[in-house]
Amino acid sequence: MATTAAPMDQAVPPQAGPRSFVHRLRDGDEIAHVVTLLFAALILLVTSTLVFILWQKSHLSRTQFGWNFLWTSVWDPVFDHFGALPFIYGTLVTSVVSLAIAVPLGLAAAIFLAELAPRTLSDYIAFLIDLLAAVPSVIYGLFGIFIVVPLMRTTIGPALKHTLGFLPLFAGPNYGVGFLTAGIVLAIMIVPFIISVSREVLLTVPREQREAAMGLGATRWEATWKVVVPWARTGIMGSVFLALARALGETMAVTMVIGNDPKIATSLFAPGYTIAAVIANEFTEATGNLYLSALIELGLVLFLMTFILNGLARLLILATERGGGRPS
Amino acid sequence: MKRARIIWRKSLNVVMLSLTGVAAFGVVSILFLILGYFIINGGRSLNWAFFTQLPKPIGETGGGMANAILGSLKLLFLSAIFGLPVGLMAGVYLAEFGGKTFAYIIRYTVDLLNGVPSIVIGIFAYALAVQPVKHFSTLAGGFALGVMVVPITVRATEEFLRAIPNSLREGAMALGASKWKTIASVILPAASGGIITGMLLSLARVAGETAPLLFTALGNQYWSPGLGQPTSALPLMIYQYAISAYDDWHRQAWAAGLVLLGLVLLANLGCRLVITRRGVRGV
Amino acid sequence: MRKFLVSLLALCALTFTAQAQSGTVLLNAAGATFPAPIYSKWFDVYHTAHPDIQINYQPIGSGAGIRQVLAGTVDFGASDGPMTDEQLAQSKVKILHFPTVLGAVVPTYNIPGVTASLNFTQKVLAGIYLGEITKWNDPEIVKANPGVKLPADDIVVVHRSDGSGTSYIFTDFLSKASDEWKSKVGKATSVNWPVGLGGKGNDGVTGLVKQTPDSIGYIELIYALQNNITYGAVQNAAGKFLKADLAGVTAAAAGAAKEMPDDFRVSITNAPGAAAYPISSFTWLLIPAQIQDATKRDAIKTFLKWMMTEGQSYNEGLSYAKLPKPVVAKEMKQIALVQ
Repeated sequence: MATTAAPMDQAVPPQAGPRSFVHRLRDGDEIAHVVTLLFAALILLVTSTLVFILWQKSHLSRTQFGWNFLWTSVWDPVFDHFGALPFIYGTLVTSVVSLAIAVPLGLAAAIFLAELAPRTLSDYIAFLIDLLAAVPSVIYGLFGIFIVVPLMRTTIGPALKHTLGFLPLFAGPNYGVGFLTAGIVLAIMIVPFIISVSREVLLTVPREQREAAMGLGATRWEATWKVVVPWARTGIMGSVFLALARALGETMAVTMVIGNDPKIATSLFAPGYTIAAVIANEFTEATGNLYLSALIELGLVLFLMTFILNGLARLLILATERGGGRPS
Repeated sequence: MKRARIIWRKSLNVVMLSLTGVAAFGVVSILFLILGYFIINGGRSLNWAFFTQLPKPIGETGGGMANAILGSLKLLFLSAIFGLPVGLMAGVYLAEFGGKTFAYIIRYTVDLLNGVPSIVIGIFAYALAVQPVKHFSTLAGGFALGVMVVPITVRATEEFLRAIPNSLREGAMALGASKWKTIASVILPAASGGIITGMLLSLARVAGETAPLLFTALGNQYWSPGLGQPTSALPLMIYQYAISAYDDWHRQAWAAGLVLLGLVLLANLGCRLVITRRGVRGV
Repeated sequence: MRKFLVSLLALCALTFTAQAQSGTVLLNAAGATFPAPIYSKWFDVYHTAHPDIQINYQPIGSGAGIRQVLAGTVDFGASDGPMTDEQLAQSKVKILHFPTVLGAVVPTYNIPGVTASLNFTQKVLAGIYLGEITKWNDPEIVKANPGVKLPADDIVVVHRSDGSGTSYIFTDFLSKASDEWKSKVGKATSVNWPVGLGGKGNDGVTGLVKQTPDSIGYIELIYALQNNITYGAVQNAAGKFLKADLAGVTAAAAGAAKEMPDDFRVSITNAPGAAAYPISSFTWLLIPAQIQDATKRDAIKTFLKWMMTEGQSYNEGLSYAKLPKPVVAKEMKQIALVQ
């Protein structure tokens, strides 16, 4: 603490003990502290209100169906039977499909950009990919409807059926819309996140690691795959979780290409429904309080899914940080 | 024996590395495909009418999206007013004032909020801003988008404030500046490049959001006066027109998509400009 | 820089808070997509004739229209399916039904190579939508369409994903056509469809059918006409196959006009008579009986009067049938109930 009066606070003479709250208040520091604290607390307030509203407005549905809501597959507004299972299924399937496509693709591209491409080229491409990440989802939906759906119906679908049609995954009629199409569109949407973050993380891996590996006789690929990538695995997994969180909550692009049919089917060609899509489609029209309450309960379920996911991601980061890889 | 293994490893090397190149090429070409498709289709449909006229009745050709463009601008403006100050202040708190536990809770909550699906935020805004006043409105839409702006802004603010080296803080304090004066006059300006980037990116993100607007702004064929009436917005129009069966509407949807893309591009380029001009010191 | 920001802010504040010109009445309405083409035409024409009245109609589905009227978030709603007693009970204010136009729901299809107009028996339509008839060359369909070469392809069923009055009309018809449908699925704006893809709005269904070969969907007549999609003839209660047209719809309404209930909630699907098109329906505006705002109330009442007289002249241009005269007379009396 300064013992001589600084030019800025001449009004307050130096004191021996801690200054009173009022004095500190005059200084502006305390005000700043309190004001910024209030804003931060506002965030807390908003989030808790959100959870509270979801909880309260789903009351009818929760008391009516209890836990059965989670594994009932019926969605019948006429007879007031509601169950979340087809939507949870659809949400999970589309997310898994999109990850299955986006993670290998994204990681491979990130490796290329971080390890092999010349730095300037890599930077430009990274900028373009960041742009992709910011494209609004309804535009991906447009792209999905006019390009991916016809492509699926005329080219990709028949090709898959021809080669892998014996698998239950690819059985059944191919409409163009369905789980697979939604998965593909989602993959295109989330791959920029994976590339962007993974590339950044790979770039931070210290040079010595690569050089050491190559010095021991590893090929470029071996050095990358066995040394560099594991070093960066926390960040890479973080990017995957980020991408997954986006995929789970994605609404518009999905409802335009998934077929909007609340059924559980093993075939990827079948139409499906996700939680976000059904809420978007039916919320403004749900007559009947139980119906509305069931939709909000679906929103609660989705919220919980993302909550659990975030928690898992954090735990994972904690675990892998201790277990090896880049020291934090 | 050993030679075989070496040949295997070498060929694996070439194959895998080329595959990564293929992957990168694939992703980039998809991007170019999307952009190219948009520019071609959207560009064809962009005309003066698009920017100045109101939508025509169902089934009639012509008309534009002037009200949607204004609506989107209003919504962006509102979301900026609601969300940016909160995000900035909270970020300052976390970086400069935060204690240990409370700050941790806030950070966790921010991450949580970031992960909330936009449709759920729409429900939230409907319950808070539409139901009580029995009115769909631009304000409600702006509120929903404002909530979404906060997490990215908080993150960016905190990150870039932290990146400023302590030497700057200490120097200012040594000259006698109080803490808040240091922050306001020295630290924030130094980090402003990155912070403004974060803000622009968060706004660009919410500009394209549709789901929260479905239950708040509702949509409007006419001009929406003031802030208390339902309003049209570009993403809403794209959604409505894209799933319709009219070719004329499809054209207009492409055009609207191009305008949105253009907005995003501008925001990103603006960020780059801001960063290079003001610089982000200490990073 | 500062000056620029301040002036920018002022400009924004000015534009964004600009109130509508004083005297302009703004009404917000939402609901059915079935009559959306004629409504959007009406509101547009009416606005040109009365620039001080602006009616913003959002076709978000009949179910949504009912809900938002009950919630009070719109000034009035529109629905193709009349509100049920439970729904009416939910409202604090009485909701009046005002029929506006008569329309037809048609089965549209997109079968590569088939340009003829197909005949659909009631059993066939129910069977397709129940998922029991799965191929286009099913014997039942072939029997009704001698001379048409139908492929052995799987039928792709399309229905509405949003709660819609069009669905209400269609499921109402199916419930009368098939007891199995009535007990298994029922009639409502939103049902648990046994099979099919969901499209949003009449637009969405039309879009899907247009894009998907071997598909069948149900849409309002005008959407089929505007998009040049082939639609089929449906067998009516008298056994005749009728392709939807204004005469058929009016014939279906003719009987209903005589016994019109006071609240106008009547179903005219599967109406008796050789010339009656079986999937016809009224569509209604849902107007609250008590409107606080005097200017709004007057605007709505003047619009209703206009709608029943001048507005009807636009119906046929867009393939909607006019309201029968006795119905109009009765409705005019109901306007007085709006206070």
